[in-house]
Amino acid sequence: MSHLTKEEVLKLARLARLRLSNDEVAQYTLELEEILGYVEQLSKVDTGGLTPTNQVTGLHNVFRPDVVVEYQAKPDKLLALLPNRKDDYIQVKRMI
Amino acid sequence: MGSTVKSQKSNIWAPISDIANMVETGTETALSQVNKALERIEALDPEYRVVISICRDRAIERAKTIDAIIKNGKSAGRLAGVPFIAKDNFLVFGAETTAGSNILKGFTAPYQSSAIEKLESEGAICVAKANLDAFAHGSSTENSDFFTTKNPYDKTRVPGGSSGGSAASIALEMVPFALGTDTGGSIRLPASYCGVVGYKPTYGIVSRSGVVAMASSTDVIGPFARNVDDASIVLDVMAGKDNLDSTMIDREISYLPSLDSIKGKKIGIISEYFDEGLDSKVKVNIIDAIEKLKKAGAIIEEVSLPSLPLALAVYYVIVPAEVSSNLSRYDGQRYGFSDKTAKNLDESYELARSKGFGAEAKRRIMIGTHVLSSGYYDAYYKKAQTVRTKIVQEFAGAFKKYDFLVGPTAPNIAFKIGENISDPLAMYLTDIMTVAVNLAGIPAISLPCGTVDNMPVGIQFMANQKNDQALLGLAKAFEGLSS
Repeated sequence: MSHLTKEEVLKLARLARLRLSNDEVAQYTLELEEILGYVEQLSKVDTGGLTPTNQVTGLHNVFRPDVVVEYQAKPDKLLALLPNRKDDYIQVKRMI
Repeated sequence: MGSTVKSQKSNIWAPISDIANMVETGTETALSQVNKALERIEALDPEYRVVISICRDRAIERAKTIDAIIKNGKSAGRLAGVPFIAKDNFLVFGAETTAGSNILKGFTAPYQSSAIEKLESEGAICVAKANLDAFAHGSSTENSDFFTTKNPYDKTRVPGGSSGGSAASIALEMVPFALGTDTGGSIRLPASYCGVVGYKPTYGIVSRSGVVAMASSTDVIGPFARNVDDASIVLDVMAGKDNLDSTMIDREISYLPSLDSIKGKKIGIISEYFDEGLDSKVKVNIIDAIEKLKKAGAIIEEVSLPSLPLALAVYYVIVPAEVSSNLSRYDGQRYGFSDKTAKNLDESYELARSKGFGAEAKRRIMIGTHVLSSGYYDAYYKKAQTVRTKIVQEFAGAFKKYDFLVGPTAPNIAFKIGENISDPLAMYLTDIMTVAVNLAGIPAISLPCGTVDNMPVGIQFMANQKNDQALLGLAKAFEGLSS
């Protein structure tokens, strides 16, 4: 399962929208390999008949009334956080 | 060295309930308490680097409001005028919240975390935001994008992490209590390394709304304090359902420890935590403490949970997976760091994330992306979730026989700054005795348990899910034995 190549690290970085320097690629190739090597011990564990645990509360379908409530985060406060703003819109760079 | 911590014994702060009582009855004012905290922070912070920001104006304004309420003959609440420090991943309305990261530097919280809201509604006052490993990824605060906090007992050592600033603030008596988050040990480990009480509640009893998410299936919020009573009252105020967090379960009626007798309590010693990985001197402290419990009438037996050694591997699949998902929101478009030189939208995402995230966040995002990616999902993520079931079942089995489980909080005393920084896996291994608790969602507490080479040691007690009040009762009784 492990044995990550440099190309695979670059692909992961791309999927995660991270741009890595050459030094970072070399470093992460080694470190990710070591960490994945450590977690590989799980492959030897017999888990026959067991179902995965996704959460520990046992809750499912938690409903609440669909009503409008006054909330602390006001539009002006949220808009003030925008790195690039045009009037009351989020301004983004061109798509292509 | 040690001179500042010796003053810990001088009890700068009265018990929390006494402070609130003095403020309510007019013997003290909220403003005097806030000023006391601010003076202490300003005196000690340059040396120990505990806080990222101080909420001076906000705190003073709130103190004046509380004093006015009391002057008008009304009650300001159970925590009237009690100052506290929050880890900097809690959103405090109008204050900067960075999560220790460059990508959130300068971010002003447009709303407030529910935990802070509940504490403030009972009169508590947030005076500062504590340092942490960026996004709570780490065991030492060395992964903070800003600086490393120093251990109050030895400035060449780490305070533990990720809530290292919060733990150090209590050891240095800057405030009577502090808040942390615990995803795999981030409250208990620094509590152990700094010699204070750190409480990790049952998953789902404290709302996480407004706290920067790390791994949603294990993240919990909890208090640091100097004693169990103080930690309990903070939990009692914070716990309880909140419509803004749909992962919550019912709370117990009270979390204040009823004075419990140790006599007849069945306590299991987790044998897996006493293997060759445990420092021999730390082991002596833990065994001595267990001996005291035995003398006080507890029924002590060894118990084996054979899957516990797998917990760290399970954790380092599940948590990076959830981290990679939770950190995808930081894209430089709506808030946080944005690189204006980007030529198009895709590059704008990449540059914001590459320059805004530190090395550990990137490492975890990539591990998470890998274990969730097509072709690897079953082998890593699903397998880890299935081994997690074994761990959950073993804890459930143990709690059929035992009221509580006990072991060390960490295998060693606090390590030196820089000792593990170039080896991510070695850093991960410091969490070996804390992560299983998070995977199972059960409560656990780290309590001071003597010193080794003048550094604090922590003992960890665990209870079954939703048995927080009983666990705090045992912790208080243990505290009585060791003082």
